[in-house]
Amino acid sequence: MSKTMEPDLHEPSTAIPRPQKEWKHPSDQWLRGFILDNRASLGTLGVFIVMMAVFMIANPTVFTTWYLYSSVLTTLPVALFVVVPLVFVVTCGEIDLSFPATMGFASWVFALVVQAGYDPFLGIAAALVTGILLGFLVGSLVVYGGLSSLIATLGMNFLLRGLIQIINEGKSMALTNLADSWAYKIFSSQVYGIPVQIFWAVAFVVLSAMLYNRHRFGAQVRVVGDNPDSAQQMGIDVKRVRVKVFVFVGIGAAIAGTFSVMINFTWWPTAGDGYLLPVLASVFVGGTPTWGGIGTVVGGAIGAVTVSFIQTGVVAAGLSGFYVQFFNGLIIILSLLGHKWNQARYR
Amino acid sequence: MAERIIELRDISKSYGQVYALGGVNLSVDRGEVVGLIGDNGAGKSTLIKILSGVVKPTSGEILIRGKAVTGWSAARSREAGIETVFQDRALAVQQTIVRNIFMGRELTGFLGWLKVNKEIEEASRLMREIGFTSKVFTPQSIVGQLSGGERQGVAIARAIYKQAELIILDEPTTALSLTETAKVFHFVRQVRASGRSILFIGHNIHHVFDIADRFVMLDRGKVALTADRSEVKSAEDLINFMEDVAHPGGLAGLHDTGDAERAVR
Repeated sequence: MSKTMEPDLHEPSTAIPRPQKEWKHPSDQWLRGFILDNRASLGTLGVFIVMMAVFMIANPTVFTTWYLYSSVLTTLPVALFVVVPLVFVVTCGEIDLSFPATMGFASWVFALVVQAGYDPFLGIAAALVTGILLGFLVGSLVVYGGLSSLIATLGMNFLLRGLIQIINEGKSMALTNLADSWAYKIFSSQVYGIPVQIFWAVAFVVLSAMLYNRHRFGAQVRVVGDNPDSAQQMGIDVKRVRVKVFVFVGIGAAIAGTFSVMINFTWWPTAGDGYLLPVLASVFVGGTPTWGGIGTVVGGAIGAVTVSFIQTGVVAAGLSGFYVQFFNGLIIILSLLGHKWNQARYR
Repeated sequence: MAERIIELRDISKSYGQVYALGGVNLSVDRGEVVGLIGDNGAGKSTLIKILSGVVKPTSGEILIRGKAVTGWSAARSREAGIETVFQDRALAVQQTIVRNIFMGRELTGFLGWLKVNKEIEEASRLMREIGFTSKVFTPQSIVGQLSGGERQGVAIARAIYKQAELIILDEPTTALSLTETAKVFHFVRQVRASGRSILFIGHNIHHVFDIADRFVMLDRGKVALTADRSEVKSAEDLINFMEDVAHPGGLAGLHDTGDAERAVR
């Protein structure tokens, strides 16, 4: 039961005359409404701007060169494709730690198809199917098996990665013929010096944000994460919604894995492994709370930008690489404190 | 005779070895208010869960407008025009009023995209309809910011959208103030006047007596009494009967009636 149901003894309603005409709901003024609705993602944006300002003051020359941004814009999209679906998973009250292995597995299928001489588009399609199947497998295991998603997906991550290692015996795959393909031009080249991946990633973020806020899928994900019992009582197929978010992660991981292979022209059996912690950090730095029911896709994307600039920024600012972890931690803690102050949790 | 909205025939439900319901028959006709009463553990909650489709009965038949149904579920129950206002209100408190009203029944257009403006319009219309208006919140306010009575309003607004044929109110007056209780009673009479039906579950026998046309009393998973309004003279009659059923030997030697009455108030 909530506290609000008890009579409020501190504010007797008769004693305070209510303003009748002048009073306006905060959301009536569009700017205040916008800020109230997007306070989590705006907070993340604030953190990002402050961090970049500090970096620029520390080393103005490096932070005004395009090369720095170009390199971030090449690798950032890979993270964005998994951060965004993870916002859905966390909103739904679950977690998925198996996406690095799904990235590796799907991109392995992509590499196999390309190496066998087929068109890379066919490889992308095969990778997507692999991602969907693995997402469905992981989701079904968690939902229908009634397992804790934290532990079960961690187990699946090891299991799938182990399979990749056993079969490939640690050997990588070079895909030299990729550079001439249409798929490479469309998904991995540059337009006026800007890495084209970022356009695809931004499109993915925008579509996902709409899916989250203005689609039945997003609405049901939020309700299920908020109160699964009520969602079930109102006729929502809670289990199905939960499996769907894992499938969505599978799709995102497949795209991310394929993009990372196209950047490097090489598939490694460890593909995707390094993304586990930065991606998770991005989701929470972005302002999606751990308890489920609410979240922000755009905030998650800004969180991913923040996290990928930390590494580049610390080194470029002239500090040794040893500082990277320290600053990663600092930004995560500061962001969480900021969001804690910025968000109210309703029960 | 009025049309029969729903009929339960010989419904049983057991959780393992424990029988929550053992062969219950219950029906609700169009335009009547049925009061369901019974002690804690009598099987009221299980019966509501079966009606709303959340729980499937172990055995027995459910008939909707005279036709037996198969594959009973929460979604099917709502499709059949049965809406439930649960005791805990079943709201997602971090979501907006709109999202709660359209929970599980989102207004969607092309490819499942939400008709956001239509939803907001309908939500504010519903809120006006049940006299649930305030300048302090809009359809896009978060439910967690509302008071208990206002949350009840959201749950009721959700139930009356789509012109439900039968509305189940599970302990709707528990934890409400007097004015809020009066609002609920007003709502019940409004629904009956519009020719729809209500199943009113209450701990407070006086509340149930005031509002219902017919009483059904559950005791240990079985229907102990079915009585029309005309057959019961006062709420005290019901209370006395309830005690007789619960303690066939009689309570007279243990308590005076005042105690017993206070206990159910």
